[in-house]
Amino acid sequence: MSLIAERISFSYEPGIDVLRSVSLEVGEHRVVTILGANGSGKTTLLDCLSGIRAPHSGTVSVDGRKLSDLSPRERAKRIGLVPQLHEPVFAFSVGQAVLLGRAPHLGLFSRPTGGDLAAVGRALNAVGIERLRDRPYTRISGGERQLVLIARGLAQGARYLLMDEPAAHLDPHHQHDVLSVVRELADQGFSFVVTSHHPNNALLYADEVVFLIDGSAMFHGPPESAITEETLKMAYEMEFEIVRGPDGSRAILPRVPRRPQASSPSS
Amino acid sequence: MNRSGRAVWVIYLFPPVLFLVALFVGRYGVRFEETVRSLVGAGGVSDVFRSLVLRVRLPRALAALCVGANLAVSGAAFQGLFRNPLVDSRILGVSSGAAFGASLALLFSAGAAAVQGSAFGVALIAIGLVSAIGWRFGSASLVLVIGGILVSALFNALLGLIKYVADPLSTLPAITYWLLGSLARSQWSNLTPLLVLTGLGLVFFFLVRWRLNLLTLTGSEAAALGVRVVPFRTAVIVVGTVMIAASVSLAGMIGWIGLVIPHVARAWVGPDHARLIPASAALGAATLIALDTVARTAIASEIPLGILTGLIGVPAFFFLFFRYLRERGDPG
Repeated sequence: MSLIAERISFSYEPGIDVLRSVSLEVGEHRVVTILGANGSGKTTLLDCLSGIRAPHSGTVSVDGRKLSDLSPRERAKRIGLVPQLHEPVFAFSVGQAVLLGRAPHLGLFSRPTGGDLAAVGRALNAVGIERLRDRPYTRISGGERQLVLIARGLAQGARYLLMDEPAAHLDPHHQHDVLSVVRELADQGFSFVVTSHHPNNALLYADEVVFLIDGSAMFHGPPESAITEETLKMAYEMEFEIVRGPDGSRAILPRVPRRPQASSPSS
Repeated sequence: MNRSGRAVWVIYLFPPVLFLVALFVGRYGVRFEETVRSLVGAGGVSDVFRSLVLRVRLPRALAALCVGANLAVSGAAFQGLFRNPLVDSRILGVSSGAAFGASLALLFSAGAAAVQGSAFGVALIAIGLVSAIGWRFGSASLVLVIGGILVSALFNALLGLIKYVADPLSTLPAITYWLLGSLARSQWSNLTPLLVLTGLGLVFFFLVRWRLNLLTLTGSEAAALGVRVVPFRTAVIVVGTVMIAASVSLAGMIGWIGLVIPHVARAWVGPDHARLIPASAALGAATLIALDTVARTAIASEIPLGILTGLIGVPAFFFLFFRYLRERGDPG
């Protein structure tokens, strides 16, 4: 069982390829982090993997079936998209927001039933925010809102969740809250594709890393081998240093020219 | 359950109660027994009074219910679809098109049916132009809104031209009065299109009311949830537009209902469209029939309805909008 992209290419304008023959396999229990500079094609790749954009060449298939052969509804039961945080306009409750994930299971004229509400309860439970169910979605923190969006994907019934920069706009503590839930769900059998601007988070939470450089997928592998000073330099066009902690943990430091030390305040 | 703890079912009592009030109240005073006799077809009542109740008040009250429900429901649906709480029925240029169509017919002193038909026809042309712009440039919300602004501006200019050339003693007052909005034109003979289109429109929105929530998401989020976004959005726009056009072509410009009522309904039952759509329909119908009863009874001559909705709608909007900002926690 896996989500597989085979040599997919995509362009918004003829002649300018945003994705160039990208291949990627996402197995069960996996967290795959996609690193790459702004404009390298990360969001477009997620759009193609979720099926809301069709690649111009190549195929995406989920559990052995081509996305192009599935109806939007069937696709949405298998693959969920967790978008970047944005300010909601209307003050839906958390429960109502997650309930929207039941859309692929409901007909044009039907409304959610008790079974759908139970699915919402299970999804909220899985990400640990059942207590927020009746709170307005506009009145919770960014980290909690990100968990609501993950719960919506679970309510969809999706086994593959594609997350567009889940750490954006979050402080380190909330980043950890969200990404540790991702890690936990992966251990239960869900699979995640996560785009990120934080290579350190990839070291901490990912099983596999892929760099997207000018629309090409490169250096696919476990974080320890994929993330090196050389690959980071190629991806971001700047120098990095990888430092090791006493316990063997690694951290990535951007190398910037040291600023002259400010003289210590007198008196 | 709702946040404010107010009972929701009360909303659905307003339209029938106010409908009855509208039948009993009028410039000829409140004649309870005679009104009941007229309605049930019993004797002992003058033909003039019976005709007043059955052929003037009854169609007018029905028209008020339909127009109010149409403007409020389409306003609620459009606010969700455009993800903008400041949107109303004028957003897509439909009202401007109807105003131009009616004025054009009035300029040639056409009869009531021709005025109504012309208003309806040009309103559909207006939405057709907006759709064409959307079709050509990708039908994102922003494209449709800009298309609506352009089409409105175009028809407003044409309306200005008609006013400029209209006879200031005969046709110009007729045009001005039409534009102010009134239900005085409602008769059994011109009510059928409004009743039929209102019925169809309300049934459509009632059936899809939960799924309207999905249109409040961004296009790619909705698509990832398996929604066929463009056909669904198009259907909502077409049905909403036809409801607006059917209303405006009979009643003229009646502002503020489509903007304010959805906010009142949202404050009452919350933002879930499954509750918001029926609540908007009931509150819109109740509000318009109440205002129309005031319009035709408050003073010796009739107050144009568009003026009343503005006088009451502006303070109501002022109050609701600041409440909305407070709820969202925005400083301003």
